[in-house]
Amino acid sequence: MIDHLPALQVVVPLLAAPLCVVLRRPRAAWAVYAAAATATLVIAALLVAQTADGTVLRYALGGWPAPFGIEYVVDAANALPLLLVGLLAFAVAIYAPQVVAAETEAPRIYLYYTCLCLYLAGLLGIGITGDAFNVFVFLEISSLSAYALIAMGRRRRALLAAFRYLVMGTAGGTFVLIGIGLLYALTGTLNMADLAERVPALYGNRALTAALGFIGVGLAIKAAVFPLHAWQPDAYAEASSAASLLLAGAGAKIAIYAFLRYAFGIFGSGFVNGALPLSELLLLLGVIGMLIGSAVACFQQDFKRLLAWSSIGQVGYIVAGIGLADARGLSAAYLHLFNHGLIKGGLFAVAGIVLLRAGGTHLDDFAGLARRMPVTFAVLLIGGLGLIGMPLTAGFVGKWALAQALIGGGQWGVLAAMLFSSLLAVVYVGRVIEIAWFRDPPPGAVAAAAPGMYVAAALLVLLSLWVALDSRALGDYAATAARALLGASP
Amino acid sequence: MNAALMLAAICLPLAGAGALVLLRRWPNLREAATLLAGLALAALVLSLWPHVESRPRLELWTWMPGLSFALEMEPLGLLFASVAGCLWPVTSLYAIGYMRAAGEGHQTRFYFCFAIAIAAAMLIAFAGNGLTLFVGYEVLTLATWPLVAHKGTPEARRGARLYLIILLTTSIGLLLPALVWTYALSGTLEFRDGGILAGQASPQVLGILYALFLFGIGKAALMPFHRWLPAAMVAPTPVSALLHAVAVVKAGVFTVMKITIYFFGMDAMRLSEVGQPMAWVAAFTIVAAAAIAARQDNLKARLAYSTVSQLSYIVLGAALASQDALIEGALHIVTHAAGKITLFFCAGAIYVAAHKTKVSELDGLGPQMPFTFAAFTLAGMSIIGLPPLAGSWDKLLLMEGAVEAGTPVMMGVLLVSSLLGIAYLMPIPVRAFFLPQRGAPAAVDDPSGESRTSRRRSIHEAPWACVLPLCLTALACFFLFFFEDRLVAPLAERLGHGWDNE
Repeated sequence: MIDHLPALQVVVPLLAAPLCVVLRRPRAAWAVYAAAATATLVIAALLVAQTADGTVLRYALGGWPAPFGIEYVVDAANALPLLLVGLLAFAVAIYAPQVVAAETEAPRIYLYYTCLCLYLAGLLGIGITGDAFNVFVFLEISSLSAYALIAMGRRRRALLAAFRYLVMGTAGGTFVLIGIGLLYALTGTLNMADLAERVPALYGNRALTAALGFIGVGLAIKAAVFPLHAWQPDAYAEASSAASLLLAGAGAKIAIYAFLRYAFGIFGSGFVNGALPLSELLLLLGVIGMLIGSAVACFQQDFKRLLAWSSIGQVGYIVAGIGLADARGLSAAYLHLFNHGLIKGGLFAVAGIVLLRAGGTHLDDFAGLARRMPVTFAVLLIGGLGLIGMPLTAGFVGKWALAQALIGGGQWGVLAAMLFSSLLAVVYVGRVIEIAWFRDPPPGAVAAAAPGMYVAAALLVLLSLWVALDSRALGDYAATAARALLGASP
Repeated sequence: MNAALMLAAICLPLAGAGALVLLRRWPNLREAATLLAGLALAALVLSLWPHVESRPRLELWTWMPGLSFALEMEPLGLLFASVAGCLWPVTSLYAIGYMRAAGEGHQTRFYFCFAIAIAAAMLIAFAGNGLTLFVGYEVLTLATWPLVAHKGTPEARRGARLYLIILLTTSIGLLLPALVWTYALSGTLEFRDGGILAGQASPQVLGILYALFLFGIGKAALMPFHRWLPAAMVAPTPVSALLHAVAVVKAGVFTVMKITIYFFGMDAMRLSEVGQPMAWVAAFTIVAAAAIAARQDNLKARLAYSTVSQLSYIVLGAALASQDALIEGALHIVTHAAGKITLFFCAGAIYVAAHKTKVSELDGLGPQMPFTFAAFTLAGMSIIGLPPLAGSWDKLLLMEGAVEAGTPVMMGVLLVSSLLGIAYLMPIPVRAFFLPQRGAPAAVDDPSGESRTSRRRSIHEAPWACVLPLCLTALACFFLFFFEDRLVAPLAERLGHGWDNE
């Protein structure tokens, strides 16, 4: 059983999807999703435990050995993103029953859970596979289910948001496919380990450079890296509450992981920095992303949109960390990837609670709510401080590591941009907090929300706090992950 | 055991905060919880003095690889903790009188945030490394923000926004990179005698780093990052008194001193003259803020600018990095705290009793509020530095320190500032005691003085809970004058470290 964990990681949610369709009843569909999500979390946790010491697990699907069959590989570099997806999926399982019933028409609820299962399978598949083409397959599974999840949002604008994402996402998927095609034409293999062996001989080949470019742009669209972020604020803001947890917390992070795997695991850091000025490019994009994302977030009137723009800014930190292309930079990127996923998931959970109770996520709807919902807003406060990067929160751990890496790399300009972006975060988080605490609430009662929603929000944010208070384990793990990626390069 | 007591000093205000939230339905019990926690904290902190020589240390847990969360007791920190800890119960008593007389709302939130702020101050005082200190520093900013915004009026919200933005801008934008840079240079953020940065970088780099630290510690209110302090004056007066004259601002200058002594090292500072540019910034702040204070009509704003000016005495002492100057800095933390808290208590008492906030409205109030204005006079003289009051010693020491550091020109700065101090503080009691009450008919028109006496009856002293604390702190200004050698003794030993080598 333990040997089959890598396969089960993907197969369980993938099989849960048709089961939801067969059962059809809303409660049953939820139960199936919840079981799949719990299993996902347990499996991811077991995989993390097995790979913490640097072990690499290889699993040949169907017993076909690597060059012929598809291989699943779990090492330190992808176990952490898998765990993040598992955690968020589990939180959604606790969170979903009431909010889905409130936001989705009853006959469609089973489809909602089906899409969630498929989305989960897609994300986990991207994370776990050791086959370059398989990444594309799972990328499409996750994208298609994400379009559907966004389109099922409560407002009609959700359809438009889904369509915009569809156009961008399809372009991104096609780019990735072209890149993989070029790689296959050059090397004759799709297995990542094989690719990593054969690619160095081709250094200097223009087609190889083009392949990296296509894959990089395609995944950057998925990760909403500036300037390919246009679809993201609408999609996050219009998606229904439960789905936005997973979309915002894990969707972009998995695409970033995939880019890391391609860039450093296959092409190698020497090529990434040598053939292309990718390092400078990523640092530049990271800087612009963190400044523009945070600055635009300051002017948003809708809480979910504010969080979405904040995500563009926070992804900028991760991109800048990747741009450093050394062990410390990658390790900082990993830390922030994980921590920010938890924080943003928790904050979107809070947004869903407010939406359900106050009827909207416009900032005016937040007036005085902190006095009526002290627990929810305590969660919001901790999460918001995490976005700013206050000490003792998860955001600080990532930023400290990134600042160390930036100073080590002599990137003073990027450091200044990062700090400035943190100050902008003070502005946008401060606005929400000031409205919630110091503005008088409108008359009238607020609706009730299920305890599960609070539990999910608190779970994510407290978890981020816990990994921040003692970040040794996570820090070591991120360092191992960075070494695994860099070490794989020749 | 002694090390665990430091943890107790941090947890005590937190426990008080928890207790007063639980007791929120019974205001009398709630305030009793605050007072009790305050008295216990004062006793606890004072009982730590005999143990300070052994410099107990408590490693709590490793936070990030290479960085731990640690507490450590050393004389300077204990001095700061004692000041904040002893003045907390006094201020609590004052706050009870003030908040009830002024009819302020949300009192549970007020006392809760107050207790959290004190816990943060304790954490700063007992921090065992730079990162722990930074945590306390940020918690203190965040915990005092709701106190500044307490009234919830647009004006209060605006002031609170400015407060938060300036303090966080400086701490995240300057202090944090300074800490990261220090860690990158020296590989540690421990507080070590002789300084962890000494010899780790060129004097130019150290000079930039020192400027980053001093401007980054926005709580020290060095110009041009001083605007948050006047902005914070929209807070209820007990907040201005304890936090914006004692805990918050002293946390700032305390951090400056800690960094000077334990990061840069006094010897290294002196020899490389790293602190010289910042000494001039501090000197400019001393004079400019005092000049601005003299032009303020709002009493609390005038006191705030006076605080800005006085804080730079301590920063100047640190930047000069001579032994006398540093001891002056430590002493000034105590004496200025006693003096300025008294002045703010008086300002609050005047507001509660007479609803007056402007200096120009205070004419003739003296005879009606004799205790308040007598205390104001004493404390004001102490701030100016007139003997026999506490403030006189540190001014003397700072002058000696300036000469010792080879910059006698600073003596001129101090003289000008003292004269300005007389100009902005002394008119207040003079107006109150010697000018006729404004709006009162002149004696010629009203020979019987009937209308004046009837008006006089309308204003009395503030409630006893307000007057008693301000009398206590005013007396402290007087008695500290005689006991300062005791305060100096443990500090001099510590700060003298390394001087024999020169």
